[in-house]
Amino acid sequence: MAEKVLMKGNEALAEAAIMAGCRHYFGYPITPQTEIAAYMAKRMPVIGGTFLQAESEVAAINMIYGAAAAGKRAMTSSSSPGIALKSEGISYLAGSDLPALIINVQRGGPGLGGIQPSQSDYFQATKSAGHGDFKLIVLAPASVQEMVDLTFKGFDLADKYRMPAMLLSDGTMGQMMEPVSLEMGEVKEYDKSSWAACGTKCEREHNVVNSLFIQPEELEKYNFERYERYAQIEANEVMYDEYKMEDAEICIVAYGVAARVSQNAIDKAREQGIKVGMIRPITLWPFPKAVLNAAADKVKAFISVELSMGQMIEDIELATRCKKPVLLCNRVGGMIPTTEDVLNSINKANSVGGDK
Amino acid sequence: MTHEILLAGFGGQGILFSGKFLAYDGLLEDREVSWLPSYGPEMRGGTCNCSIILSDSKIGSPIVSNPNVLVAMNLPSLDKFEASAVPGAKIFVDSSLIDRKVERDDVEVYYIPATKLASDENLPGLANMIMIGHVIAKAGVMPYENVETTMKKLVPAKKQNLIELNIKAVELGYNY
Repeated sequence: MAEKVLMKGNEALAEAAIMAGCRHYFGYPITPQTEIAAYMAKRMPVIGGTFLQAESEVAAINMIYGAAAAGKRAMTSSSSPGIALKSEGISYLAGSDLPALIINVQRGGPGLGGIQPSQSDYFQATKSAGHGDFKLIVLAPASVQEMVDLTFKGFDLADKYRMPAMLLSDGTMGQMMEPVSLEMGEVKEYDKSSWAACGTKCEREHNVVNSLFIQPEELEKYNFERYERYAQIEANEVMYDEYKMEDAEICIVAYGVAARVSQNAIDKAREQGIKVGMIRPITLWPFPKAVLNAAADKVKAFISVELSMGQMIEDIELATRCKKPVLLCNRVGGMIPTTEDVLNSINKANSVGGDK
Repeated sequence: MTHEILLAGFGGQGILFSGKFLAYDGLLEDREVSWLPSYGPEMRGGTCNCSIILSDSKIGSPIVSNPNVLVAMNLPSLDKFEASAVPGAKIFVDSSLIDRKVERDDVEVYYIPATKLASDENLPGLANMIMIGHVIAKAGVMPYENVETTMKKLVPAKKQNLIELNIKAVELGYNY
């Protein structure tokens, strides 16, 4: 096993992107993700890559479009308000079937909000990262190691399915240090010659990267094709983790830092004899619907623990067909639920939930 | 064994660095480690704190809400965090900067005039490491014999003089 180092989540993520072959980073500073840009600014010139601090988020995402259209692995990072500014460009990436990795180290909102951790961009990431019918692959790390592993995975999935992927993190994951292994394995190369605008050498037809299709029949065809690809992703790429679910009567659903807090609460509740476990989505899209629906036949209640006013809870209710009650345990504005907060919700779920 | 450590003081006192020192030792000892700084606007010259967890089992939340080791290097930090420590916690107070005593009687308190010692011993800016030395002595958060190795891992070799000064500060606090 590779030697572990102690790194901040943001820095470990940046190094993982470089190891995944990313040589094009375009960004604009915003707390709490600025360490990513700072790391890239230091490293990219040394390894022959490009770091560019754009004049705005809108410019940065369109630089990503350019690099991705040329077939290069490209990444941008920002935090909540900055991602909103990038959303037009993200839609264009999706509409042009371009792979790229977009990092959102979330902070509290709406508006300029605050700089403390949040998960209130769940809807934005999973439902509506821009205009039009499209999806992003959304990955949710819950440790510094996963900041690394999912960055690597994000680039791979983006290339594999020719679409943008997002790593949906939060201020805690970005700022904390944990021991991390940077051993990543082989970078899988994808042949992009059939679509990338990387020079014809006068030997082939031009590849055209475009999202404008003025004929409705044609635009519909591309939308249908894209959703066939999305169906494959839903069938093949769902990732989640289970914690003490074997005998669980209550199921917590949480991702990122909320899952870390929930783990403490589960251990405490089990000391009191309450059988509670957790299903932690690692992909927020595709959402782990099947495992949640199966769990709904076993547990008496779910608890959605999230740093939002209740966003993921809607996907839990949909996935489980509202077969069992879903409680919400939340804090917002940059606050994080404490172990006690989650424990209170567990006790509530234990008394109100189901037929037992 | 799990140490949930909260270090708190002013920005500029080296709170984050001293936390990193403990975290690096955890890494070298192959323990589970998390280090989480406060990164709010309060850091600009205001209060600053850092959560460190050192454990032999997998760490859940990296946020230390109820420390079993609390280091307070200014009065606002002691005011803010005294009540949050678990019963039986070890609380370390820089008595050269904090006039008052800890009010709780269900915790173990260690007073050490770290800032004054740093000044008397010509160890400028190293009150943080004097505190850490005392924490190592009284709370056993890491083996004392690791101090030199861990410091060399954390501080680059080109800053050799800083390594020596930091180690001296830890020794001073350890033997206080």
